Amino acid sequence: MTRSRTRSAVRVAIGAVLCGALLFPLYWMVAVSLTRPQDLIRSRPALFPLDPTFDGYALAIDRNLSSMGTSMVIALGTVAITLVIALPAAYGMSKLRAPGTGAVMFAFLLAQMIPSVVVVTALFALYKQLGLLDSYPGLMLANATASVPFAIILLQAFMRTIPDELLEAARIDGAGRLRTFGSIVVPLSRNAVVTAALFAFLFSWGDFLNAKTLTTGNSITPMTLALFRFVGAEATNWNGVMATAVLASVPAAVLLVVAQRYVAAGVTAGAVKD
Amino acid sequence: MTLPATAPAPAGAGSPHADAREASRRRARRASRLAAFGFIAPVVVFIALFFAYPIVRTLQLSLQDYTFQSYFTGQADFVGFANYVTLVQDRLFAPVVRNTVLFTVVSLVFQFVIGLALAVFFQRTFPLSATFRALILIPWLLPVVVSATTWRWMFYKDYGIVNALLGTHIGWLSDPQWSLWAVIIANIWLGIPFNLVLLYGGLQGIPGTLYEAAALDGAGAWRRFRSITWPLLRPVTAVTLLLGLVYTIKAFDVIWVITEGGPVDSSQTLATWSYKLSFEGGTDQSLSMGATVASLLFVVALVFGLLYIRTQRKEAAA
Repeated sequence: MTRSRTRSAVRVAIGAVLCGALLFPLYWMVAVSLTRPQDLIRSRPALFPLDPTFDGYALAIDRNLSSMGTSMVIALGTVAITLVIALPAAYGMSKLRAPGTGAVMFAFLLAQMIPSVVVVTALFALYKQLGLLDSYPGLMLANATASVPFAIILLQAFMRTIPDELLEAARIDGAGRLRTFGSIVVPLSRNAVVTAALFAFLFSWGDFLNAKTLTTGNSITPMTLALFRFVGAEATNWNGVMATAVLASVPAAVLLVVAQRYVAAGVTAGAVKD
Repeated sequence: MTLPATAPAPAGAGSPHADAREASRRRARRASRLAAFGFIAPVVVFIALFFAYPIVRTLQLSLQDYTFQSYFTGQADFVGFANYVTLVQDRLFAPVVRNTVLFTVVSLVFQFVIGLALAVFFQRTFPLSATFRALILIPWLLPVVVSATTWRWMFYKDYGIVNALLGTHIGWLSDPQWSLWAVIIANIWLGIPFNLVLLYGGLQGIPGTLYEAAALDGAGAWRRFRSITWPLLRPVTAVTLLLGLVYTIKAFDVIWVITEGGPVDSSQTLATWSYKLSFEGGTDQSLSMGATVASLLFVVALVFGLLYIRTQRKEAAA
C-alpha cells in the first residue's frame, strides 16, 4: 500500500515537472508582461517579476484594444459563415445520402494538404479583382476555409448517431426535410454545434497569414497582425508586447476553462490545426 | 399517398399503368436526390471557390509573368515553364530546399519522440494525470503568433532567457548559423501537444491485458514497449507522422514571427520564401514567382497527403 502510494507520488511529481517545463514559455509571457522595462534589459533576467507593474497592460490596451474588437467581429463572422455552410451540408451528407458526399469528403482530406500560402496567393489575386481586400467579409470567408472542413467532419460524424426512426417519425407526421432539419437534427446536435463554433472561433482568432496578406493598410488590423507590428515598433517595451500577447490568449484560455468539455470533444475528434 | 399525374408511357412498354408508376417513382427519386443535394450545394460552391479555384489560379500564375506592374495593368503574359527555370537557377533555391528539409525532418523527429515519451508516461494512472494532459494542450489552442512572439523574446541575444539558462551568448535571431535552429526549437515545442493527443489516443486502444501478461512473463518496461507498444502503435504512428509532415512543411506563422525568414534568408523555407516573393519584394515582388514556389510546395504536400489518405484507408480496411 505505501509502496504504491510512493510510486504514485513520484509520478505526480514527474508529471508536474514535465508540465511545468512545457508550459514555461507561457509562464514567461505572463512574467515579462508584468516586469518593468528596466528590469528586462539585464543579462540575467529575474525568474519572477519582483516589482510588478501594469504599465505594459496600459500600453497594450491603449494601442491594441481596438484590434481585439476587430478580431472578435471577424471571428464571430467566421463562426456564422461556418455554421451556415456546415450544418446543412453535414445533414445532407449523413442523413440524406446526398449525391457528391464522397467527393466532398475527399476534397476535405485534400484540403488539409493545401499549404495556406497557395490559397492566399490566389485569394489575393481574386480579392483584388472583386474589391474584397481590406474587407471584413473577405477575411471572414478566408478564415472559414480552415473551419468549414473541420466543422463538417465533426458534425456529420455526430449526426450519423441520430436514430433514423426519429427522422422517419417526423416524415410520417408530415414534416419536410427542412422542417426535420430545423426542429430535430439541429437541436439534437447542439453539443457538436458548440464544439464546431468554438473551434471556428479559435481558428479565426489565431489567423495570421490571411490577416497579413489580405489587408493592405491599417484600415483593418486584427489582433495577431497588431501584435506582430507592435514587436517591430516597440523594441524597448517588451512588457507591452507580452501584455498584448497575454490579452490575445484570453479567449483561448477562457474557452478552455469554461467549455473544457467541448474542447476535449473537438480534440478527440482529431482536431486539425495548422 | 396519391401519385401525381404522370406522362404517357412510351409505346411498346408493358402495361401502360405500370410504366406510368415506374416513371413517376423515378421522377420522385430524382427530385429527392436534388433536394438532398440542395443541402450540400453551399459547401460545394465554397470548395470550388476557396479550394479548387486557388489551386488552379496558383498553378496558372506560375505559368505567367505577373509582375509589380501587373497589379495596375492586369497584364500578365503566358511564359510557360520559364518561372520554374528561373527558380531552380536562383542562388537561394538550394539553401531554401535544404532549410525546408532540415526544418521538417528535425521538427518531426523531436515532436514525435517527445510526444510519444509523454504519451507513454501518461498511460500510467496516477492522480492529476488528466489535468496535466489538459494543461499541456494549452499551447495548441493559443494563436501561433502569441507563442512565437514569446519565443522571439526568449531567444534575444543579450536579455533572452534561453541564453541565460544555457549560459551561452548565441545570436539566435541575428546569426545566420543559428536562426533556423531557433525556429526549429520553437516549432518542436508547438508540435508536442498534437503528437501527444494522437499517440495517447492510439495507446488507449492497446488492451491492458497484453501488458499484464507480459509483466507476468517477466518482461521489463523497455521490453514491453518494444514488443507491445511500438508494433501495435504502428498505424497511429504512420498517421501522426504523415499529418505532422504535411503541417510542418507548410508552417508559416512560427517562422515569420520569429525571424521573418532572416537574417539574410538563413531561416527561409519554401512556405516563407513563397510569401516573400509574392508580397514582400516592393517593386520587385512577383506574384508569379511566389506562385511558382507555392506550386512546388503544393505538389510535395500533395504527394505526402495522398500517402496519408492511403494509409488511413488501409487502416480502415484492416
